[in-house]
Amino acid sequence: MRLAPTPGQTVGPFFHYGLPYDGDRNLVPPGSTGSIALHGVVLDGAGVAVPDALIEVWQARPDGTVSREAGSIRRDGWAFTGFGRTSTGRDGRYVFSTLEPGPTEPARPAFWAITVFARGLLDGLFTRAYIPGPDIDIDPFLASLPHERRATMLAQPGDRGYRFDIRLQGQDETVFLRFDGSERRRP
Amino acid sequence: MSSVPVPASRLPTQTAISAEIATLHQDPRCAGAAQQRPRLDFAPYRSSLTRHPTKDLHHVDPETIERAAPCFGHWDVDPLEADLTIGHAGEPIGERIIVTGRVLDGHGRPVQGQLVEVWQANAGGRYVHQGDQHPAPLDPNFTGAGRTLTDDAGWYRFTTIKPGPYPWRNHNNAWRPAHVHFSLFGTDFTQRLVTQMYFPGDPLLALDPIYQSITDPEARGRLVATYDHDVTTHEWATGYRWDVVLSGGTSTPLEQEDDQ
Ligand SMILES: [Fe+2]
Repeated sequence: MRLAPTPGQTVGPFFHYGLPYDGDRNLVPPGSTGSIALHGVVLDGAGVAVPDALIEVWQARPDGTVSREAGSIRRDGWAFTGFGRTSTGRDGRYVFSTLEPGPTEPARPAFWAITVFARGLLDGLFTRAYIPGPDIDIDPFLASLPHERRATMLAQPGDRGYRFDIRLQGQDETVFLRFDGSERRRP
Repeated sequence: MSSVPVPASRLPTQTAISAEIATLHQDPRCAGAAQQRPRLDFAPYRSSLTRHPTKDLHHVDPETIERAAPCFGHWDVDPLEADLTIGHAGEPIGERIIVTGRVLDGHGRPVQGQLVEVWQANAGGRYVHQGDQHPAPLDPNFTGAGRTLTDDAGWYRFTTIKPGPYPWRNHNNAWRPAHVHFSLFGTDFTQRLVTQMYFPGDPLLALDPIYQSITDPEARGRLVATYDHDVTTHEWATGYRWDVVLSGGTSTPLEQEDDQ
């Protein structure tokens, strides 16, 4: 049986009292052992900051295992759930406090799975923020991208963690992903 | 919303926007099953102009992390959060309604114990949001945000107030059809969905560039709830049924055999 999927619609401008919640962006308490920032700015096709975007991350633990723990909405300060959500500020910036994910598959570079929603964006977008490392050059998916396109999926290491800017449109538009068209089968 | 207000006389008319929509609906690239999703590049929705990707979405096979989804539990969600009409000093104004349905994957299997979030305007079409300038009254007894977890058969159920339509500045005399915003998770992160549920028979649907950005009429029709008298309860609330199908979903080994 195959059912036709329900289409998406824009998150609109008024999600701020529906989706954000206390602690949404802190997968771990900021400043706690091992905590890093994943941060960046969301820009539109004119290079203007997008102040009403919602960004989510979903990631593995540092050892590459996937958390099955609840508690992303009511954070207890101990469980690492792997999920976080934040909305951009007036300057288009977002920041998560989190741990560095490990790779979930052998010889594949680690990444944060990311969703982007915004007013003006009619459907959500998926992307990945990859952690640069030796596996970047041998990953078959990244190798399939033109070099300059690939660069849009690489998080930039910095003092506090990683920076990952999201460009919705334009010359250096972020690579956005689709997963449909292939059966997803567990190995 | 944050852009500089344009005088109403300089905004395009509904007639002009409707003509743009009709033209795009006739575009052969919008025909058929390919348009199960909104077109990201849909100029009648003016805010999409600088916010849609211009390059094709890049197909990729999901990796392990993307074939899993965050877990939410009863620690996260209070059962009372599914009733948007409570939690204030008094009763909200408006038509009390029940909105219920099942969350399924593309194989028809229920999505169990997963998070469903909603937010909406009040009966007068006003959001509890600083950016909402619509001169309709706020309701001190209605916030308009709720959450729940699906049960083992994939059912969700909210009690709320029927939201009103509201004006926006996309064009002159632009009105959004009444809607409830929905946010859903599946068993795979790739199924993450944010959408809007509409009400049957709303004359504003035909005029709305956001709804019409899904160019396949059957596909956009899936966003419209059904009035269901079996959901309506005696002397309490009218009922609407709206099922959600999340794209794909991880196949089990059993179904791989069935598929062949
Ligand atoms: Fe809305």
